[in-house]
Amino acid sequence: MTTDTIAGSAVDRNEEGFFTDPTQWTEEMAPELARAEGIDALTDAHWTVIRFMRSEYFDKGTGPTVRMLGKTSGVSVKELYELFPKGPAKIAARIAGIPKPRGCI
Amino acid sequence: MTARIVILGGGTGGTLAANRLRRHYKAGEASIVVVDQDDRHVYQPGLLFVPFGLSDVDDIVRPRERQLRDGVEFVQSEIDHVDVEAHQVHLTRGDVLDYDVLVVATGARLTPEETVGLTGEGWMERVFTFYTPEGAGALAGALAAFDHGRLVVNVVDMPIKCPVAPLEFLFLADWYFTERGVRDQIQLVYATPLDGAFTKPIASRQLGGMLEERGIELVTEFNTGEVDGADGRLVGYDEREVPFDLAVVIPLHGGAAFVGRSPGLGDALDFVPTDERTLQSKVAPDIFVIGDAANIPASKAGSVTHFEGETLVGNVVRFLSGEPLEAGFDGHANCFIETGYHKALLIDFNYENEPMPGHYPAKVGLPLLKESRLNHLGKLLFQSVYWHSLLPGRDLPGLGSVMPTAGKQIAPTTTAPKEG
Repeated sequence: MTTDTIAGSAVDRNEEGFFTDPTQWTEEMAPELARAEGIDALTDAHWTVIRFMRSEYFDKGTGPTVRMLGKTSGVSVKELYELFPKGPAKIAARIAGIPKPRGCI
Repeated sequence: MTARIVILGGGTGGTLAANRLRRHYKAGEASIVVVDQDDRHVYQPGLLFVPFGLSDVDDIVRPRERQLRDGVEFVQSEIDHVDVEAHQVHLTRGDVLDYDVLVVATGARLTPEETVGLTGEGWMERVFTFYTPEGAGALAGALAAFDHGRLVVNVVDMPIKCPVAPLEFLFLADWYFTERGVRDQIQLVYATPLDGAFTKPIASRQLGGMLEERGIELVTEFNTGEVDGADGRLVGYDEREVPFDLAVVIPLHGGAAFVGRSPGLGDALDFVPTDERTLQSKVAPDIFVIGDAANIPASKAGSVTHFEGETLVGNVVRFLSGEPLEAGFDGHANCFIETGYHKALLIDFNYENEPMPGHYPAKVGLPLLKESRLNHLGKLLFQSVYWHSLLPGRDLPGLGSVMPTAGKQIAPTTTAPKEG
């Protein structure tokens, strides 16, 4: 686990870059986290996904998988990959400050 | 008063739950009804062997009704929907079943039509699945005729039943083509949405190493967007392409269709939200779930269903007599992984503990995370155990519900259990 400073605040992340405490996250951190994932500007569509990821996490205890996102977020899987080309569930979870979605066992 | 117990699904979970409950309750204490749309109970682990001519579809299918004890009523009908508020099941053939307790045991359903192109051109010609009896049988013919080219095994997305089965298929294919003397003219490829060979780190490293030793190419984080059977390529959502001559695809899975037709019963994938410890649904207190139909974070596998049996039946009984439920299920899974050459590997894990090396169930026992002939014999023997002990709902020696830690190279997180 490492502690980094994002948007002026300290956050704890695991070796894969996922937040270990989602309550440390604030909206101000998202643009900086996104740039680190190669996304220069967050659009409204990005924000829809980010907010959805967080609400699902606090509701269900885990973030959704890509397939669940495609079925429930209102953004199709194809669009999700346009927004987060390197893997929507994983990248969006990192930007949204939640642990890795555990959809797959 | 006679308690009315209705069990939806006559597969592994429904059958063992019905038989255990029938043994617990005298005839006048409870009526037990099992509903299924057909009378074909498939021993699903056997499907893996069919494509390689090691098993025949007829050998792994038996009538559902014959697996049920006397005093369990079997109703053959499709299920239209469950009315959660009215505590009723509406059958497609017209009748309505009232229940005091409902057990959902309808498993997972393959949804190949959800993937663009999968059931289009080339389906059952150069694109197959071995997850159905029909697919496994047809694939046997295609494999027999295959002597050069690129064979790609692809998991479209998780969750799937028996997450180790695609790996076993590749290990067996490597052996099968080697025996036929054509292995050097065939490329074997595994395209998976996971970031490694398996979901759990230590087993993933071990299994990844075994793919490498056998010269099987691993393509990770591949999310299949389209299967193009005409041109022979898988196209990922990220626009990567994986070409194939023969594709073996594990389609997307969802819960049973009636779950989607029952307001409030299922999640977006038609699995039933379920408490992972008590197996009571989060939908209504009188609905319980066993096996693949539940959305719990355990493998969708027969061993998990077997281990759930004790907790499920105990909690149905507690619920009916107004007692508090027990949080008894620990996520225990136990899988033999066929690796070819008459050998197999065994993994054993639960919610907290990933598969570790050692021995099962205690220091003297089957080797874990290591190939051995003994494990292969265990896997073969299991088919008989399944029909004669597991479905009747007997407790199996050495296959207790709680994950054993005695023979493992781990520091147990809880008090060591009694055995060993």
